[in-house]
Amino acid sequence: MATTEAAAQPRSQDHHGEMSFIRKYIFSTDHKVIGIQFLFTCLFFLAVGGLLAMMVRWQLGFPGQPMPGGGIMPDTMAPGGIVLPEFYNALVTMHATFMIFFAVMPLLVGVYANFLIPLKIGAPDMAFPRLNMMSFWIFVLSGVVMLVSLFVEGGAAAAGWTAYAPLSAVPDYTGVSTGQQLWIISIILFGASSLLGSVNYITTVVNMRAPGMTLFRMPLSIWSLFITAILALLAVPVLAGAVIMLLFDQTIGTTFFLPENGGRPLLWQHLFWFFGHPEVYILILPAMGIVSDILANGSRKPIFGYRSMVYALIAIAFLGWIVWGHHMFQSGMNPLLGASFMVSTMAIAIPSAIKVFNWLGTIWRGNLQFHTPMLNAIAFVALFTIGGLSGIFMASNTVDIFIHDTYFIVAHIHYVLFGGSLFGIFAAIYFWYPKMFGRMMNETWGKVHFALTFTFYNLVFFPMHILGMGGHMRRIYDPNEYEFLQRFQGMNKFISISAFLLFAVQVPFLINFFWSLFKGKKAPDNPWRDNGLEWTVPSPAPHGNFETAPTVYRGPYEFSSPDVEEDFLPQNVPLNGGGGRKVTGDR
Amino acid sequence: MNEATILSGGVRAEPGMRVYNQKLGMWVFLASEVMFFTSLIGAYIILRFGTDAWALPGIPLEEGGTPLAINLTAFNTFMLICSSVTMVKAFAAIQQGDQKNLRLFLSLTVLLGASFVGIQIVEYMALVREGFLPHCGEHLAALVPNCHLFGSTFYTMTGFHGAHVSIGVLCMIWVTVKAFRGGYTKEDHGGVEVIGLYWHFVDRWGWRWG
Amino acid sequence: MDWLPPAASSYAADIDKIFYVILVVTGVVFVGVEATLLFFLFKYRGREGRKAAYIEGSNKAEVIWTVTPAIFILGLAFASHSVWPSVKNPDRFPSDALEFAVRAEQFEWNFTYPGADGVLGTGDDFTLRNQLHVPVDQPVVVRLEAVDVIHSFFIPAFRIKQDAVPGLSGQRLWFEATQTGEFELACAELCGLGHYRMRARVIVHTQDEFGRWVAEQG
Repeated sequence: MATTEAAAQPRSQDHHGEMSFIRKYIFSTDHKVIGIQFLFTCLFFLAVGGLLAMMVRWQLGFPGQPMPGGGIMPDTMAPGGIVLPEFYNALVTMHATFMIFFAVMPLLVGVYANFLIPLKIGAPDMAFPRLNMMSFWIFVLSGVVMLVSLFVEGGAAAAGWTAYAPLSAVPDYTGVSTGQQLWIISIILFGASSLLGSVNYITTVVNMRAPGMTLFRMPLSIWSLFITAILALLAVPVLAGAVIMLLFDQTIGTTFFLPENGGRPLLWQHLFWFFGHPEVYILILPAMGIVSDILANGSRKPIFGYRSMVYALIAIAFLGWIVWGHHMFQSGMNPLLGASFMVSTMAIAIPSAIKVFNWLGTIWRGNLQFHTPMLNAIAFVALFTIGGLSGIFMASNTVDIFIHDTYFIVAHIHYVLFGGSLFGIFAAIYFWYPKMFGRMMNETWGKVHFALTFTFYNLVFFPMHILGMGGHMRRIYDPNEYEFLQRFQGMNKFISISAFLLFAVQVPFLINFFWSLFKGKKAPDNPWRDNGLEWTVPSPAPHGNFETAPTVYRGPYEFSSPDVEEDFLPQNVPLNGGGGRKVTGDR
Repeated sequence: MNEATILSGGVRAEPGMRVYNQKLGMWVFLASEVMFFTSLIGAYIILRFGTDAWALPGIPLEEGGTPLAINLTAFNTFMLICSSVTMVKAFAAIQQGDQKNLRLFLSLTVLLGASFVGIQIVEYMALVREGFLPHCGEHLAALVPNCHLFGSTFYTMTGFHGAHVSIGVLCMIWVTVKAFRGGYTKEDHGGVEVIGLYWHFVDRWGWRWG
Repeated sequence: MDWLPPAASSYAADIDKIFYVILVVTGVVFVGVEATLLFFLFKYRGREGRKAAYIEGSNKAEVIWTVTPAIFILGLAFASHSVWPSVKNPDRFPSDALEFAVRAEQFEWNFTYPGADGVLGTGDDFTLRNQLHVPVDQPVVVRLEAVDVIHSFFIPAFRIKQDAVPGLSGQRLWFEATQTGEFELACAELCGLGHYRMRARVIVHTQDEFGRWVAEQG
């Protein structure tokens, strides 16, 4: 059998000195380079998604008025800078699509699963480096297709990111045909990229851990990325199947979702949300894991209840498969199913609560270091709590009758995906930047960026709860069409102005990010005095990661251990008879 | 997972499954494939059993049947099962280091798989001749109950299955060529095992709705 | 608090009650968690030379914060479930209801009224576009039909929302208006470029007035 031979690839490849620029930076198979490629690409898509959101907010805050600088927009989108209703629908659709599929999900899974998994488990690279490279380039292709769809005749997909059939399936209903088809093709490509990534991450975590790195010594970031990879592996193909059927309905005359010939519109919703709810957890679980790592580091304390944190992750991932119906309470689905979907949905509050309380327990009696990653991680806890609690409203099928498809949902999703995931991503960027690029980001500007983002973020999204309670529907081009919504015009304007400011205060982040690439302070090996294996190698981490395979003696959260003088104890440092061997950290 | 072996100094042995990466990767990939086909089959089940009448093979067209010949379909499925058996034989052969039988049984597998695809194309052509397309013609829609749903689900499911078999045949040809060049040994034959896993998977789904 | 729109149907108050129960429960948790967080951030802020306590966790704490949320969640689920079937379960719709029909299509609502005989499908039925007239204090069942895409029948003041799905036959919803006056009906499910203006007026008459109105239409 070829078993062990195949697994034991050379620990460090010797030929890295002579690689051409193209092999090293463009078609690289090094997991760290691929992670960095994902990072740049996703930050670009994040900016695209943000820009689309700004146009949405302009129309809602200042309906019917020309956008400043909107004169450059083509007449099919916004003649004279005034957003057209059909373009508005495309904006809403594409904002969500870019943010979910091309920003948040790959920022967590593409960037940090790639960058962190081998480094943190003590492996030289991924199990399948070439598949990994393919995964990235297919992702780029998929993103390009999605971008192109914005500019084709008829405009981009305008049926919402949920693409409910028949609206999405019959071009006549939206006036969009090519745009919707490109949307589907892009999603299929995205699925292929995600699949290759998942196969890689799962195989790597299962098979390539360093000696001593048992499952229950893995950092929670790795646990969450591992579980996320399993979710993506099983959920994304369901979406792929569904969008393929949708594409066939549009192009070759099948009738899966078209009622005229016996198809079922609700079938689409079942398939979509069977994927869609696990997808929500794909978008938040890795941020939970990353934040756990950073909170323990910033508190200089072991994570509180490590094992129950792992079990809570698993419980959330498992429950995520049996709750999709709560998106469909008002859809015409058999109302008798309402009760079971409500109970299963509410049950998710339990592991979520466990996580929040354990994070509080981690901070309790710590010695808190308020570096920028820590600040963002704390914001994650504060904001995810709000997003989690607002979820209980829509889990209740009764309350959902009223708040379904209102701004309450919009507020909830943004508290989870922006307040949660994106703050987690910011924390991760600041935290692992030195290991990626060998330089530190500027702390002062990091804190300024954090404070402004936190403030404007809440000014944008908290009032949306109130809009939702007022019955404000989502995805409407001009709320002033309704008398009962006219009283919210002032609030909509306030939200829009806050949103523009929120967008603007990302500029210090971008400047800090790019300036530090060249001018940042040189990073020591272990600037945060952390225990993870990635901090035992130089910054930036070299090709092949470890000179010799590290040996792991303990879990990743041994901060302030009584066994040593320092307040941290790296995973790979042996303790001889409890003698308190001196460990050194920089700073 | 195996965490039991404790080496000296409190270091436990390298964890992980006792499976090489390529094999584990294929398992993981196939789990994803299961979900993909589940979405297609799930759609079929909901559409098929949500309605009372369905176009069935072996019934004359005038009575709402399809031109699919039950015997031919059964034979085709049988061939696919046979190809699974030859695949097992090929793997067993190389485990013994038996190059001759490896080549023989791999070639047979390729042949059976390619024939399956061929017969599927013949069946498609018979259907198309009668006007069965993903979207049926009007005369047929009047004749055959839920003709559009039949066309939608039949072509999508068998089409994707056929595509998987075709990809499998291509990979199998590659493995076979390598086998003829002596690329596999008693000790090192991961490629045969991994393609075998894929092949068995494709066969399973084949006769589930065959 | 007038955050919620006026409650003008028989079950609106019940739905609002569940809303406020959840608001109170989550509000308490929200304040508790955020206050604790802020307190910890202040109390345990880092100081030179101090070492954090080495605490790996506590099984007792884990049990407490698993069981407590579980109890609250079960309570909220039960409370919600006391209202849901009375709004949505067709078997529990009032039997003495007046029946209307609505056809939703891009981008308008067409309401068909049963006419003077109070029965749909007879000769005196009449249809109005984007106008829903109903009598007060009288249960009304609406048969939903969507022609093209999915629309959603949403009257905020009545706290009723129900998607109308094309091809799904026999969809119905019910409500009983408890206040006379004019309200708005919105489409709550994205249905195309005119989605935002797919609006209808809901006029609630006194019962006498409604009778006269129906007679005038005939």
